[in-house]
Amino acid sequence: MAHSVFLPIEIACLALLAWIVLAFLGLACIRQPRIILNVIFPAGAAISLVIAVVGFMALTLQAQTIILPLGLPNLPFHLRLDNLSGVFLTLLGGVSFAVSIFSCGYFRNYNGPKLALVALQYHTFLASMALVLLADDAYLFMVAWGAMAVASYFLVTTEHQVPQNRSAGFIYLLTAHLGAIAILFSFGVIQGGHGEYTFDALRQAPLTPLWSTVAFLLAFFGFGAKAGMLPLHIWLPEAHPAAPSPVSALMSGVMIKTAIYGMIRVIYDLLGVIQWQWGMVVLTVGAATALFGILFALTQNDLKRLLAYSSVENIGIILIGLGLSMVFMGMGHPTLGVLGLIAALYHTINHGIYKALLFLGAGAILRSSGMRNLNQMGGFIRHMPKIALFMLVGVLSISALPPLNGFASEWLIFQTTLQAPALQSGVLRSLVPVTAAILALVGALTATCFVKVFGIAFLGQMRNPDLKEIHDARFTETIGMAWLAISCVVLGLLPVFVIHLLNNVSLSITGFGLPSDAVDSNWIWLIPTSAARASYSPIIFFAVVISAVLITIFLVHRLYHGRLRRGPAWDCGYPEQTPRMQDSSDAFAQAIRRIFGPVFKATRHFPSPDDTAPRFSVTVEDKHWAGLYLRIARLTTFVSNQLGVVQQGRIHVYLLYSLVTLIALLIFVQ
Amino acid sequence: MTIPLSGQLINLSAAFLLLVGFAMLAQRRILSLINLFAMQSFVLVLSTLIVAISTHQHHLYYSVGITFVLKVILIPWLLHRFIRKLNLKWDVETHIAIPTTMLLGIVLVIFAFNLAQPISQLSGTVTRHTLGIAIAGVLLAFLMMITRRKAVSQVIGFLAMENGLFFAATSATYGMPLVVELGIALDVLVAMVIFGIFFFHIREAFDSLDLKHMEQLKED
Amino acid sequence: MNTLVSGILFQVLQSVLMVLLAPLLLGWVNQCRAWLQNKKGAGIFQPYRTLRKLFNKDAILANNATVFFQRMPYVLFACMWLAVGIVPVLATGLPFSPAADVIALVGIFALARVFQALAAMDIGTAFGGLGARREMLIGFLAEPAMLMTLFTASLISQSTSLVTIVDNFAHHPFAIYPSMAFAAAAFVMVMLAENARIPIDNPVTHLELTMIHEAMILEYSARHLALIEWATSLKLTTYICIGIAIFLPFGIAKAGDWMALPLAIVALLAKLAAAGAGLALLEMVSAKIRIFRAPEFLSTAFLLATLGMLTHFLLEV
Repeated sequence: MAHSVFLPIEIACLALLAWIVLAFLGLACIRQPRIILNVIFPAGAAISLVIAVVGFMALTLQAQTIILPLGLPNLPFHLRLDNLSGVFLTLLGGVSFAVSIFSCGYFRNYNGPKLALVALQYHTFLASMALVLLADDAYLFMVAWGAMAVASYFLVTTEHQVPQNRSAGFIYLLTAHLGAIAILFSFGVIQGGHGEYTFDALRQAPLTPLWSTVAFLLAFFGFGAKAGMLPLHIWLPEAHPAAPSPVSALMSGVMIKTAIYGMIRVIYDLLGVIQWQWGMVVLTVGAATALFGILFALTQNDLKRLLAYSSVENIGIILIGLGLSMVFMGMGHPTLGVLGLIAALYHTINHGIYKALLFLGAGAILRSSGMRNLNQMGGFIRHMPKIALFMLVGVLSISALPPLNGFASEWLIFQTTLQAPALQSGVLRSLVPVTAAILALVGALTATCFVKVFGIAFLGQMRNPDLKEIHDARFTETIGMAWLAISCVVLGLLPVFVIHLLNNVSLSITGFGLPSDAVDSNWIWLIPTSAARASYSPIIFFAVVISAVLITIFLVHRLYHGRLRRGPAWDCGYPEQTPRMQDSSDAFAQAIRRIFGPVFKATRHFPSPDDTAPRFSVTVEDKHWAGLYLRIARLTTFVSNQLGVVQQGRIHVYLLYSLVTLIALLIFVQ
Repeated sequence: MTIPLSGQLINLSAAFLLLVGFAMLAQRRILSLINLFAMQSFVLVLSTLIVAISTHQHHLYYSVGITFVLKVILIPWLLHRFIRKLNLKWDVETHIAIPTTMLLGIVLVIFAFNLAQPISQLSGTVTRHTLGIAIAGVLLAFLMMITRRKAVSQVIGFLAMENGLFFAATSATYGMPLVVELGIALDVLVAMVIFGIFFFHIREAFDSLDLKHMEQLKED
Repeated sequence: MNTLVSGILFQVLQSVLMVLLAPLLLGWVNQCRAWLQNKKGAGIFQPYRTLRKLFNKDAILANNATVFFQRMPYVLFACMWLAVGIVPVLATGLPFSPAADVIALVGIFALARVFQALAAMDIGTAFGGLGARREMLIGFLAEPAMLMTLFTASLISQSTSLVTIVDNFAHHPFAIYPSMAFAAAAFVMVMLAENARIPIDNPVTHLELTMIHEAMILEYSARHLALIEWATSLKLTTYICIGIAIFLPFGIAKAGDWMALPLAIVALLAKLAAAGAGLALLEMVSAKIRIFRAPEFLSTAFLLATLGMLTHFLLEV
């Protein structure tokens, strides 16, 4: 890069610094909310673009490192920009650009102090996420990881006057901390006793298979807590409804993906030698997470809670991809493992984009109508056509329908599962197709779930006719959503570029790439292994669909008259239709609640026969609360009560404890 | 890897055996259950016949005849008669929802295959892969007996289990000695008669064939 | 270049032929059903007459119908048209088929289903929502079952491209695949469910408690309804063609083999007629099941298809 003044990594550092400066500028502009909205957020968006470009450039470049003389004495910050962090930086930049632009409009009702705090936390959050991706030593990684958790905690509790939001924030912080401790231990295990914590040193450290399994399990637990895998997912459906929508979009779109980044970094890069049993763990957890996530999403009425559960599901799908990859790698089929890794990364990017889009859409609905409960929405397409259009793109993408991006990545994961005959072991060979079956079921359930979302919220008649002042998305909101919607389409239509770029990532961290058929394929044909095995061309597919629709329209209108009359809806001749006769969100999910009854803890309230104002209500609870967390909480209380005995309140007793501890330690060290 | 045609046909009938086993798990109606059992026995007869023809084992022809007479004609006919006599028209009641049962069935199939894998690798016969299916058939029949409430379906489960064992014998070792087979056939027949008497007694004692009434027999 | 031209010709020929033949197949199924019920029947050309009648009527649209509702029939028709274009029925080696494999085929059906369900919810009537909800209920189990069935076939021929699968089955030495027995059973169940046939849905009634497919299209009239009806028959044809292509591919022509074409057409017609009669028979001997038994029926199909895949791994590899 002789022609450029700065290396990409230096630009990334400067951008990061700029975000932090913006954060404090935001705090300084506490009395000028308009400056925050019209200058600081757009500036943040511009920096996001820079980050995205840097990340994109890094996809084709060699890894670059830099050492910043910051931090503790003799412990400088190591930063590194390689292909893997490039992928996630591009995602961070791309998504946060849209979210920042969207925020200019979204936060317009906030008063000065609140807005200033949001600006501070928001930009710190962005900077800390970028730092997580750039960190090249465990120490900096943990600092950035902690900063990310704290900044997002404050963002979640922006509306801290509502008690639920405070408890949601608390649950989030608790899970984040548990995860962080596990990650810390994992780094401790990996370094293997020589006290060097740079990632380079961690890569070199020799580990016995047993210790590396311990490190894997710790890292999987720690990052899984952040990603929202089962059963550590409970913070997601609490935190997302509490947080302002742009923040939810960032958290779901990018932050939980940093956990995926962490997993890949630790497992593929730092540990290096992958055992297939790890893959089985990831695969099983991923399948369970995906299935439970979508089942719970289906039964939710709060749109943002629903989206949060759907994020859990998508994390499950990503874990399925990673798990498959690890199984293949561990069994000595690195080329097939690469396919799984690429599929997982691709799905990570896709989910980041369409989930951010859907959260922004939910935010736009909330801002416009004040509603989050699907049971009250209806007919919004007539009042907010732009939001409806963008949401439709998001809905079609997340439902994995061709030719959008969700389909492309799930297609790759299916292709990976179909490579199962290469495996030697009988158990594995039979479990991998079961995973494919679960993935297929999850995909179809997702479509059901998002038909419910779109159909209930946007189509039909207005359920609440008193609602007059609802409006479409404002200009900045439109730009934010349009950016993401276009990304969905582009990523869906040009998967070949994406997998070629992701192939670089795989080459740089595992040393293996896709087979030559896949690499040499031109931009039209997506070929995972070889042309005879499978191919898919979204562009041709899209062109043929569109032209078939147009030909049909043309022929029908050419050959027959186009007479059209308008009239009241027929509805089998039933004359008095009210909006209340439509299916509600509860009704739509009723069959699912019934079929998967044992999964849910549903309590229904039926009206009595002579009730004059009958009301039916149903609540669905996550069984993990009662079954797991409340038990842990009770156990903790019990243990604390038992330990309470040692609390005497007299100072010399405490001194005695210290003495005993000191002597015990001295004996131990001796 | 090429398998001779007879081997392929035996594999096919093994698959059908498993298919019918699952159909029996999913079936709610008692009459269809009996017909499915007859069908399973018929598939068994066919597969035994194929083994007999392809390996020229003459004693297998006898077992084909016995199985056909006993399991395809006599026992289903007896069961139909019982049902008419006892005037049973109800659907089969299950303890567990049918999809869950089938899911358990799939788990059992995977288990059975993995169990059979080392054994079938030792075996040199063309039909070695079918041992797993035979074991799966036995386990599925067991599952059916566990999940069903009524006595008749339990008897059918028992008979299906015997079918699985028989198939294991023909597929793994080209059949048992004729004496053993005759003995088993006789046993099955006697068991049928005893079960028949048993049905009538249960019905007389409890006015129903629902086995949950048997719980009353327990002394507290 | 010559093979490409002939391939495109084949492709166009097949697509047009199937679109024109689809109502005939439906008429044949209905006629067979009438015969089996000891009725005279309306003749096998009745669906064409219905289509002509509908196309000539004036369309009526509900007052609050959006563009979604109005354009859905076209999208539905186009999706089904596309689907039948992917399935090799006359010859293998279609130029369009590498663009969409079996997963994309299932994706097209899903796309059509989602659009249809959304359009049903558009006007906001009680029946529309009911139909959409039930359709998605059927769909979320039928779709994975279908995918698993096709995966079983893909694993045998080591390709998810439908053309390669059919080529492998049709033009290779005969072999018996036990796993295909499971796949076939599951496929028949899925086909019945997806095409709104007995035992899941009854295509000839509008009984409000039981209908699924018809509930979604109650508000459609004239050319929109005609397109939907046509698409429905096309969907049935596509499913039967998939079944034929995977389970009975014998007689299909090779790519660009014009000499084999007449034979292929005859074989196809014979197979379609047999399958249609079989479908009518199947519908005659079964009774429609309660809507809440439908998930049980379909989950059985799903598990059978999964079992088929397992059988392949354990018995055939």
